[in-house]
Amino acid sequence: MPKKSSHRPSPSDPAALPDAFAGWFAARGWVPRPHQLALLSAARAGRSALLVAPTGAGKTLAGFLPTLVELAGEEGKGGLHTLYISPLKALAVDIARNLEAPVAEIGLEQRIRIETRTGDTPSHKRSRQVARPPHILLTTPEQLALLVAHREAAALFRGLKRVVLDELHALVTSKRGDLLSLGLARLHRLAPGLATTGLSATVREPDALRRYLVPQVPAPALADLITVQGGARADLHMLETGRTLPLAGHTAWQSMPAVYDLIRRHKLVLVFVNTRLQAEYTFQELWNLNDDGLPIALHHGSLDATQRRRVEAAMAAGVLRAVVCTATLDLGIDWGDVDLVINIGAPKGASRIMQRIGRANHRMDEPSKAYLVPANRFEMLECRAALDAVEEAAQDTPDPRIGALDVLAQHVLGMACAGPFSDDNLYDEVRAASPYADLTRDDFLLVLDYVATGGYALRAYERFAKILRGPDGLWRVRDARTAQQYRMNVGTIIESTTVKVRLARRNRTKPGSVLPAGGRVLGEIEEDFAETLTVGDTFLFAGEILRFEGLHEDEALVTRGPPGTDPAIPSYAGSKFPLSTFLAARVRALIADPFEWDRLPAQVAEYLVQQRRRSVLPGPRDLLVETFPRANRHYLACFPFEGRLAHQTLGMLLTRRLERAGMRPLGFAANDYGLAVFGTRDLSERIGREPGFLDALFAQDMLGDDLEEWLDESAMIKRTFRQCAVIAGLIERRHPGQRKTGRQVTISTDLIYDVLRKHQPGHLLLRAARQDAATGLLDVARLGMMLARIQGRIIHKALDRVSPLAVNVMLEIGRERVYGEGADEILAEAEAALLGEALA
Amino acid sequence: MMGQTGGRPAPERKDDTVALPLKLEKTHKTPGVTLAGETLALDLSGGVWLPEHRTLVVSDLHLEKGSAFAARSGQFLPPYDTRETLACLHEAVARLDPARVVCLGDSFHDAQGPSRLDVADRALIAALQDGRDWIWISGNHDRAVQDGIGGRFADTLTIGGLTLRHEPLAKPEPGEVAGHFHPVGKVAMRGRAVRRRCFVLDATRLVMPAFGSLTGGLNVRDKAFDELFPGGFTAHLIGDGRVFAISRTMLTRD
Repeated sequence: MPKKSSHRPSPSDPAALPDAFAGWFAARGWVPRPHQLALLSAARAGRSALLVAPTGAGKTLAGFLPTLVELAGEEGKGGLHTLYISPLKALAVDIARNLEAPVAEIGLEQRIRIETRTGDTPSHKRSRQVARPPHILLTTPEQLALLVAHREAAALFRGLKRVVLDELHALVTSKRGDLLSLGLARLHRLAPGLATTGLSATVREPDALRRYLVPQVPAPALADLITVQGGARADLHMLETGRTLPLAGHTAWQSMPAVYDLIRRHKLVLVFVNTRLQAEYTFQELWNLNDDGLPIALHHGSLDATQRRRVEAAMAAGVLRAVVCTATLDLGIDWGDVDLVINIGAPKGASRIMQRIGRANHRMDEPSKAYLVPANRFEMLECRAALDAVEEAAQDTPDPRIGALDVLAQHVLGMACAGPFSDDNLYDEVRAASPYADLTRDDFLLVLDYVATGGYALRAYERFAKILRGPDGLWRVRDARTAQQYRMNVGTIIESTTVKVRLARRNRTKPGSVLPAGGRVLGEIEEDFAETLTVGDTFLFAGEILRFEGLHEDEALVTRGPPGTDPAIPSYAGSKFPLSTFLAARVRALIADPFEWDRLPAQVAEYLVQQRRRSVLPGPRDLLVETFPRANRHYLACFPFEGRLAHQTLGMLLTRRLERAGMRPLGFAANDYGLAVFGTRDLSERIGREPGFLDALFAQDMLGDDLEEWLDESAMIKRTFRQCAVIAGLIERRHPGQRKTGRQVTISTDLIYDVLRKHQPGHLLLRAARQDAATGLLDVARLGMMLARIQGRIIHKALDRVSPLAVNVMLEIGRERVYGEGADEILAEAEAALLGEALA
Repeated sequence: MMGQTGGRPAPERKDDTVALPLKLEKTHKTPGVTLAGETLALDLSGGVWLPEHRTLVVSDLHLEKGSAFAARSGQFLPPYDTRETLACLHEAVARLDPARVVCLGDSFHDAQGPSRLDVADRALIAALQDGRDWIWISGNHDRAVQDGIGGRFADTLTIGGLTLRHEPLAKPEPGEVAGHFHPVGKVAMRGRAVRRRCFVLDATRLVMPAFGSLTGGLNVRDKAFDELFPGGFTAHLIGDGRVFAISRTMLTRD
């Protein structure tokens, strides 16, 4: 690996910097950090390595240093040397820009060509990049998939020395990570001397990432691990406003004046929220309080890209005082000098909150300053648990994934586009990718068959096969059109269908009507939502109250709402991320231990005291089930603390079982902490009369037939199936801006699902959808762990009225929509009535 | 407008064989409606039964839609749509024993559909036609299909006071029975939404739901239906156990 060069240090010191680099560090008054040298040393030994470091540790420079040193020593050699993969295209572009300075200062700008390649790169430049590649190419997982499927891929990557994977902890948790792992496996095959460098924030299990970086064939292997300890401890607090928080709701309106005050006292504040709608609401509230006219901006995924870029540029230029944002700013780029992070609502996970806190003050040795702002009393518990976790630097990043079959199908077609392959070789190559290390040969052949002809037992499509096996035993892509189709459908991110929101101009000649064209695009909203709007409806979007004027072609036309309009916030989804198992366990432990309560705000402690008086507080491993009557209905409430998704699944299954037991359930409601099922029959009486009723109700066997039956008909599995069908290329992706031309153009995946389930229930895509459901939307895996945990540990309380703990979940019932500013008042009213009843 | 979920009540099937169900004991409540003096029974299968003429009308079978996609676009939809559709048709035929079956256009998804039929499916069609008058009305998808698949071919057909054609005329025509639009209706109550295929009816005309298993639907709140039924309509939604008559005001958009 190491090249002969005059800069080459003595072999006895593999971490020594060449003079030009040592001089560059010295000139800036810097000393190379140990982990930067450790990576250099690993690179010189040709080894792959994972660098785990907190923000501000100089990870990026560490990642590129070996490449720059090697390229500095090479005289005029061409060819692609290093590939850098980032989860965000904006990050790739930003890193390229940040590399230019050191490269110029070390005097390498004539020698090292650095380029980016994203979806925005013009096609002539992309072709040139393949024919005459730069030394360093910065790109995204999707672009890598397209590159390895290119017919020139072998030539392009033959001399590749290094792949740098940035924010690896974030990449590996999704199907994008599966796709990337397969691309990496191909790179390892094309460039046998290839070494990888993973850059990651602190994670729970570094070994999973170490496996991800190196081929697992012929034998399981681990990349080297370089860990940077600590950094300064975060200066983290829960925001105490002295006001009594409600028992439910996610808007945190009580805390807005305090949040605004914090913004006034800092230079640049990032205000994180969990959903786009919370972002809109928070922005609106802050704007109402903004008597000082502070420059506050809004940043979330539905906003028009150019608008987002403007906000980012303004942050970097230092002209903003605060940005209200969602996960869109979780990762990556340093946009200016953030001196405070505020997280509104529940933290949901310890690692997530640490990542967000790290956005403040990107220097490792100084503490990041952050406030957690709970929106209700339960969130106070969750915030307390998160504070403890951060204090201990405990992590709750998810488990490594099992590679998805739909992603593999996409990749197999891509590999056929690259050139002929034998199934033996490709099978070995795929298993080199750690998510697919345990893939059986049978499953691989099923995927191959699926790609070729759809994988149907009825062999109807042989003559249309997309990949064909020649007499030489090699598989080839059918034709150029199929390859084109692959390129159009690559990637694993399935956007929900959206329509553009365009500001319309009023028609002067015809008052009350608007002209369809001319205004600017504000962003996009989900098509489902757009179609529920009727002319005259108002909603919050892009920080403004907009009036819906109608759908024109594929755009929603809007005008600005008159001042004082009460906007209708649609289908308030609450929190997008489910509570992590780890934080949930901590919340349960907090509740169970009264000695911990003095660390909680008084109003929460008081609330728990009330709960203990009226009902009982469950132990950390117990499940409390309460039954009580209320307003001619009978309720069953339980508190597993396993997150909304697992609770929704549990709610569906309990409802089915209660139905079968003749208890006539009418419905249920769930949130992150618990769920309540309601019906017309007396549950307390039945449980009292029939010992073992509850144990049977919560028995683990509900994950058998009941789950299967329900799963197969649930809307959620159909949504999951649609994603698998698009990723696997069963149906084509709808591209933004692509015009709908009639009702026969798209084919309903729900109908496909129904037909397939009936005629071939074992089909590959149905399996893929079920696998997704188990870990994703339905969180069956987590529900299973919970059911195992509570066996024999169910504590039942028959009450004559709702308990303090149950109020929180009861308030979810019937909450389909929350309306504008008046909404929380209405909720507060409902809550006050319920609470009065509970504490009477 | 694009969400094309059309809940289709699946016929009872206990095994995975191709054997067709013959569940005659199940009571099919079929509300009788009157159009141009004729009695029409709106069948749970999605067909219309004319008892006085012993005629079964089904619309928009879209047979071989799956293979049409495979041939044309490389999207390999499950190749079971034809068999599924024919199984439903067989169920209705076995139950009602019609003297005449009218397929109201778009019986095949494209002109090459018949040539792609599986041998077993072709035999199934022949068996269904056996001993019956079978009429293929031409539709916009299958106008070019004119022979080779048994039965007779026509553009329109008059039965008593009824005129059967694929695409409804722009102007209301008394006694017209048509298809083409694949109507579905959606009812949302108490946080739950149900979206089903439906018959759309006023005093003068009837638009039938699509019978095919992979056919999507157009919500009856689309303006196309306002133009066809300027005076409003009643939608008869196909439920799991019977057909429900629902007023336009109770129906929501997608």
